[in-house]
Amino acid sequence: MPATSTPLEGRNRPLPARPEIIEVTDLQRIVPGRGKSIVVPWGIRKSLGPVFLAFLWWYATASGAVPEDFLPAPSALWSALQELYTSGDLGEALRLSLTRASIGFAFGFATGVGLALVSGLLRIGEDLVDAPMQMMRTLPWAGLVPLLIIWLGIDETPKITLVAFAVCFPLYVNTFAGIRNVDRNLIEAAKTLQFNRTAMVFEVVLPGALPGLLVGLRYALGSAWLALVFAETVNAQGGLGYLITHAREVYRVDIIILCLFIYALLGLSADLIVRLLEKVLLSWRQGFEGE
Amino acid sequence: MGDTRSSVAVKVSGLTRRFGDRTVIDNLDLEIRRGEFVALLGASGCGKSTLLRILADLDHDIDGEVLVSPHRGVAFQSPRLFPWKKVWRNVVAGTANRRDRARAQSALDEVGLSHRANAWPKDLSGGEAQRASLARALARSPDLLLLDEPFGALDALTRLKAQALVADLWQRHRQAVLLVTHDVDEALLLADRILVMDAGQVAHTMGVRRQRPRFAGDPAFDQSRLQLLKWLGVADGATSRSQLQ
Repeated sequence: MPATSTPLEGRNRPLPARPEIIEVTDLQRIVPGRGKSIVVPWGIRKSLGPVFLAFLWWYATASGAVPEDFLPAPSALWSALQELYTSGDLGEALRLSLTRASIGFAFGFATGVGLALVSGLLRIGEDLVDAPMQMMRTLPWAGLVPLLIIWLGIDETPKITLVAFAVCFPLYVNTFAGIRNVDRNLIEAAKTLQFNRTAMVFEVVLPGALPGLLVGLRYALGSAWLALVFAETVNAQGGLGYLITHAREVYRVDIIILCLFIYALLGLSADLIVRLLEKVLLSWRQGFEGE
Repeated sequence: MGDTRSSVAVKVSGLTRRFGDRTVIDNLDLEIRRGEFVALLGASGCGKSTLLRILADLDHDIDGEVLVSPHRGVAFQSPRLFPWKKVWRNVVAGTANRRDRARAQSALDEVGLSHRANAWPKDLSGGEAQRASLARALARSPDLLLLDEPFGALDALTRLKAQALVADLWQRHRQAVLLVTHDVDEALLLADRILVMDAGQVAHTMGVRRQRPRFAGDPAFDQSRLQLLKWLGVADGATSRSQLQ
């Protein structure tokens, strides 16, 4: 037996000392980098596309490639805006349109959310309300215009009704789904805390349905503008849609495009309001917010 | 003037609960005295959680007589906090005044969570959320605390701390407690009386008279554990020292 202990075979087998060549052909090389070389501020990146489009528009009109009465130059739109603003036509039209949209929206909101509560909270309510609502939801509301004119005449009522109709359904569907998605466990917890019916609705069911309701709100606001455009262009007596119809008769393309821009801006600001609401009202939520 | 309150917090006689033709609770009798800490042990599906849900007034589809203190606090295996309420608002959600910040603060103090009063539930750790849930039950100043495996979802270290907290809270307030658990050690550490449920009935009862605070590991403890494990149908206690599934 040798005096020195020999290493156990297989366990402490010595590594070959510094092999001359190490095979690395099947390994991936992580290339050292310096991150992004040019950092473009967010605002500039986002506005690149629109600015480019505006430039194209300006160039096409200024070079004469597109005739003025087909598509007026950006500067013509600006002077149309000034003209309508100083004459007071624009302010009056905006006031009328916004009033219609708000009243219609308020009615549609109350009906949609109210019916969603009835059918979301009560089994009997669901049986009575849900099936008719789902059937009416498939009806394209734009097709209602002739009927509304016969039933309700040509003043404000049919326009407000159309907006309310368009707003009601997306709110109903999403709020109802939101209510039915409220965690049963939380309802039970509320029962063990002996919540009364009011507290159950306002402290558990509605907050739980809020994410769904806000999705519905977003769709509803989109539909509200669409319905307004329909109601006002088909049967116009003042408002932005009337401005457009009138401009068509006198061949003022600049005013038509200006009004379309204003519609777009109104829709955009409605969307921003909902985003803001989501930020404020849903700050408790644990969701994936992107990387 | 005598104390007009009844001497028991729970009195159940001849309770039966069926799901279809399966009888989960079968002619069960149970009495919990005021201030008594009772642990209810049993394998999964033995009806122990069903019994707790009946006592919590969440399940009414029953036969038999159930009398239970109206001043109850309930804590479940998951915290079930309302995610849209700040922690302190959750804590006083079950009290008469839902804006009683001071009351919330003192309940949170008791569970060592006063520094988290203004947090959203999503920002709490698992142990913190479970403590907040306990604080919510305690804020109602209950005579009866119904705990449905409240430490089941916690990691081992957090669970030990939470058990010590419950022992401490009970020593201070002495409300009656029904703790549903499948953890034999937990029952032995906390309860005055341990009920082992089997086939919808209370099959075995063990009184625990040892001094508090208790520690796992002394010979009497081990002996009791072996007995409980035998009752639960686990022949060799050593194979599952702390938890039965």
